[in-house]
Amino acid sequence: MTNAWTDIKNTDLVIVMGGNAAEAHPCGFKWVTEAKATRGAKLIVVDPRYTRTASVSDYYAPIRPGSDIAFLMGVIRWCIENDKVQWEYVRNFTNAALLVKDGFGWSDGLFSGYDEEKRDYDKADWDYQIGDDGYAKLDMTLQDPRCVWNLLKAHVDVYTPEFVENVCGTPKDRYLQICEMIGECSAPDRVMTSMYALGWTQHSKGAQNIRGMAMLQLILGNIGMRGGGMNALRGHSNIQGLTDLGLMSNLIPGYLNIPTEREPDWQTYMSTREFKPLRPGQTSYWQNYSKFMVSFMKAMWGDAATAENDWAYHYLPKLDVPTYDVLRMFELMKQGQVNLYFCQGFNPLMAFPNRAKLTEALSKLKLLVVMDPLETETAHFWENHGQYNDVDSASIQTEVLELPTTCFAEDEGALVNSGRWLQWHWPGGSPPGEAKNDTWIMANLFQKLRKLYQDEGGVFPEPILNLSWNYADPLDPKPEELAKEMNGRALRDIEDPANPGTTLVAAGKQVKNFTQLQDDGSTMCGCWIFSGCWNEDGNNMARRDNSDPGDAGMFLNWSYSWPVNRRILYNRASADMQGKPWDPDRKLIEWTGEKWEGYDVPDIGVTSKPGEVMPFIMNQEGTSRLFTRGMMRDGPFPTHMEPFESPIANVLNPKMRGNPVSRVFVDDAEQFATSEEFPFVATSYRLTEHFHYWTKHNKVNASLQPEFFVEISQELAAEKGITGGSRVRVWGKRGQVWAKAVVTKRIKPMQCDGKTVHVVGIPLHWGFMGAAKKGWGPNSLTPFVGDANVETPEFKAFLVNIEPAAEEPVA
Amino acid sequence: MSDTAPQPTTAAANPPVQPLESNLLPSDVVRISATPDVPQPTRQLTKVAKLIDVSKCIGCKACQSACVEWNDTHPEIGENIGSYENPHDLTPDMFTLMRFSEWENPATNELEWLIRKDGCMHCEDPGCLKACPAPGAIVQYSNGIVDFIHDNCIGCGYCVTGCPFDIPRISKVDHKSYKCTLCSDRVAVGQGPACAKACPTKAITFGTKDDMTALANERVEDLKSRGYENAGIYDPEGVGGTHVFYVLHHADKPSIYSNLAENPRISPIVEGWKGVTKTAGMAAMGVAAAGAVLMGLFTRNKVEPEEEEAAERLVQDREGI
Repeated sequence: MTNAWTDIKNTDLVIVMGGNAAEAHPCGFKWVTEAKATRGAKLIVVDPRYTRTASVSDYYAPIRPGSDIAFLMGVIRWCIENDKVQWEYVRNFTNAALLVKDGFGWSDGLFSGYDEEKRDYDKADWDYQIGDDGYAKLDMTLQDPRCVWNLLKAHVDVYTPEFVENVCGTPKDRYLQICEMIGECSAPDRVMTSMYALGWTQHSKGAQNIRGMAMLQLILGNIGMRGGGMNALRGHSNIQGLTDLGLMSNLIPGYLNIPTEREPDWQTYMSTREFKPLRPGQTSYWQNYSKFMVSFMKAMWGDAATAENDWAYHYLPKLDVPTYDVLRMFELMKQGQVNLYFCQGFNPLMAFPNRAKLTEALSKLKLLVVMDPLETETAHFWENHGQYNDVDSASIQTEVLELPTTCFAEDEGALVNSGRWLQWHWPGGSPPGEAKNDTWIMANLFQKLRKLYQDEGGVFPEPILNLSWNYADPLDPKPEELAKEMNGRALRDIEDPANPGTTLVAAGKQVKNFTQLQDDGSTMCGCWIFSGCWNEDGNNMARRDNSDPGDAGMFLNWSYSWPVNRRILYNRASADMQGKPWDPDRKLIEWTGEKWEGYDVPDIGVTSKPGEVMPFIMNQEGTSRLFTRGMMRDGPFPTHMEPFESPIANVLNPKMRGNPVSRVFVDDAEQFATSEEFPFVATSYRLTEHFHYWTKHNKVNASLQPEFFVEISQELAAEKGITGGSRVRVWGKRGQVWAKAVVTKRIKPMQCDGKTVHVVGIPLHWGFMGAAKKGWGPNSLTPFVGDANVETPEFKAFLVNIEPAAEEPVA
Repeated sequence: MSDTAPQPTTAAANPPVQPLESNLLPSDVVRISATPDVPQPTRQLTKVAKLIDVSKCIGCKACQSACVEWNDTHPEIGENIGSYENPHDLTPDMFTLMRFSEWENPATNELEWLIRKDGCMHCEDPGCLKACPAPGAIVQYSNGIVDFIHDNCIGCGYCVTGCPFDIPRISKVDHKSYKCTLCSDRVAVGQGPACAKACPTKAITFGTKDDMTALANERVEDLKSRGYENAGIYDPEGVGGTHVFYVLHHADKPSIYSNLAENPRISPIVEGWKGVTKTAGMAAMGVAAAGAVLMGLFTRNKVEPEEEEAAERLVQDREGI
């Protein structure tokens, strides 16, 4: 989230699209009901189904799964055409005025530079024109045909209301009503918030869906505002923490990058990370990259990381491919190239696509280790459960070890919520049986491995032998020790640059926050963005003071929010070019003439003058980006792309299938379905009664939603002779499932490109383990392909067929 | 800290951290089933109420699970019969149930998904209590709560007939009647009902009837401003008003909310019984002294032999015996 859960109470308009907040985030949704009840805020829901969120909405419109970009580009077009633009914001706080190279263009649904064979773009021309002074050229009058604004206008021109209706299946009158409601929020004193979740991420163009709304929010001037923002509702209670800590194959904590093979040494690695400002006087905060990186290396390897050995850069793995994401790992596993797989708090057999492929892959492992509080399907993938897991156990040779872990309620530590708050929690109970917490297990494994390297050597033992491991009990690092390590400390006295000769931080003391980190090896810090969470003031994550000056919803003394306890990112943009709040009733910070101050921690140098230093300090431009240069693989603007399995061809380019630059493995490409074979669009989702595949183990949750079902419209039910509560078979190119049918008015057929499109809703939550009735997940049916930028699987739009089925035989 | 609990004012407050004496005393009972001439209490407790704002409800069923957890019931893991309602009706193990109805508003042609939390309404004039022939099986406190005292229940089912909302359910296991207690045990120590505590959107709130009525009026205003011309409060007079009441977007059509009673009244037959059952009930069971009637009323923490056995089984299961 750019903002915080508590801030949603400040909004005028909530748009829930690409998510189902009431259903999947019922506790956070309280802030929507608060905004509605106390400020008369309105709620719009755009979703293929009339959801629980829609049930309390003020306005609802249906949309065909996978067509969100067309809708969003259409709204942008409508706003521009109807002058619903926050002009001063757009001109100054976005890159609208910057000029783009002449080589950049778009036609037939593709941007310039497409190479069909490589399934990639040459992005050299997707960038600014650079002047003789080394800065990007611009035209503040927005007249130059090559300025971002005019390119955007041209780009969205195709997305007329008729186009939107035709592609999205959203009735034109409903779409235009939503445009009107959104357009009102271009006024400086009206604000919309966007709440989205996996309904946008789980597409082969998920990142571009989100870009589309981010651009709209910038055009309306709603980023950095109280009650505004782009608010990603994270799908697990600590998934924000997972991303922050870089638990992805291409990241290190704090969104730093694992090097690639093209970066064999430190100098090469750093050469592309200098982040020189692209406009004069701009902050470009990533210029501090080396401080965060060196401090991380010192946290990892202590005295073994020195200036002379480039901070032990040679210890870091170098990626030979962009990522070893889960899809790639299972592909490699299927090819027999993986011997051992560790599943820590992860149930991929239910959580990743094409279950048949996953089972085949797991069967080729020599050893599978599952660390989990529950008996997961993954750990029992080899067990025959009749139709629910019909495997030949005797033919599977994989050895499986289950290491029981504690669950979150038995642990101490911090969870990072969607709003970036690190909230410390304490154990609510003792773990059952032999369960151990994850850090205990990892520490014991590490100590045994290190001993083996010590005793027997190895190809490259140094990174393991020299790993910094300074915990009171090396077999059981405590949450406090780990948190302090993430905060960082001085390794020797650090001089105060403002007062030479005096000490800023004494050796051994915790740094106040990341602004004190150094790139000369004098500080260590495990995760720079968390720095400040446990400094010399103590555990700031454990703070529980809910006072709220100005009723602003900031709660600065409750827990700790990264970065530097800031609650709303880009909050400098809540004030105009003179530093006065756009809306005095929504003040966050303001310029006093000397400095910035207010209810939130300013997201700008406190003495940076308004009009000189622009609000988007992480960007080299100082502005936000309507045009993202070459930073995304599938284009600097979002363009309409169909899902890989779609009922209609891409109207912009009928030959184009899915996202033209998504990675597709050969076997998977052969398993994409066509609408001739599989006429119905399926989409997957959660239900409030359950949490993922966990709560089916709990008898109370299981009683509230006991059995796997699918939802279809009355029209499709009539067409197929299906009655509510009867059993149906749903099958696709990769598998089949049986479920109870829920026949509902909440799903209606849509008209898209001359065809009637029926949607089959497939909730997740059931499997072959646990207390609930045995069932399947949607992943038995879904395609093995991910987003072009981040490889999130396409769970939200795929093709199936459906028919009535005989009742389940009594066992 | 005083040694008795404060009057409950809200479900949002944190619970007291020290054990408190119950603030619901035998002497606060104003009506007792099949018992004439209940001595009138010397004090009048503030009337309480639970307000269910249907327009804020997201149907998440947190109330249902909180109810199960607090009352330690064990609903069966059933099946899906083509709807989101699970279980499919109130049961002796499910005192509250989200009921879902899909309604196409003929005035706007808009679909509305109406989700109503069903359960005991705690009538000011309780039909169950009037119908009950078992002395002391149903009581009403001066704060409005209508509670079942299971030790005195004979499982005859008259309360089901007497209830204008079809709420009580008879257990096939112990042949006692069950329904929502408005968490009388929580209210007695200054807390709100478990469902209200768990509700994430404040669709369920708890406090004094006056406060809740004021809140309900605010909500009705908000709904009217959003175009729900017939928004209103459902607090039916036919049963003297209720201590669980609703805010409805369409208060002119209660039945669209999964058959909420349009005009609930106690059946004239039950009213007719009243005199008869008094006599018949008394004759059958003998006239019980008020103290005996209330026996078991405040001893709900007593461990029954069946519970001992169940606990023993659990321990054995865990130890793998």
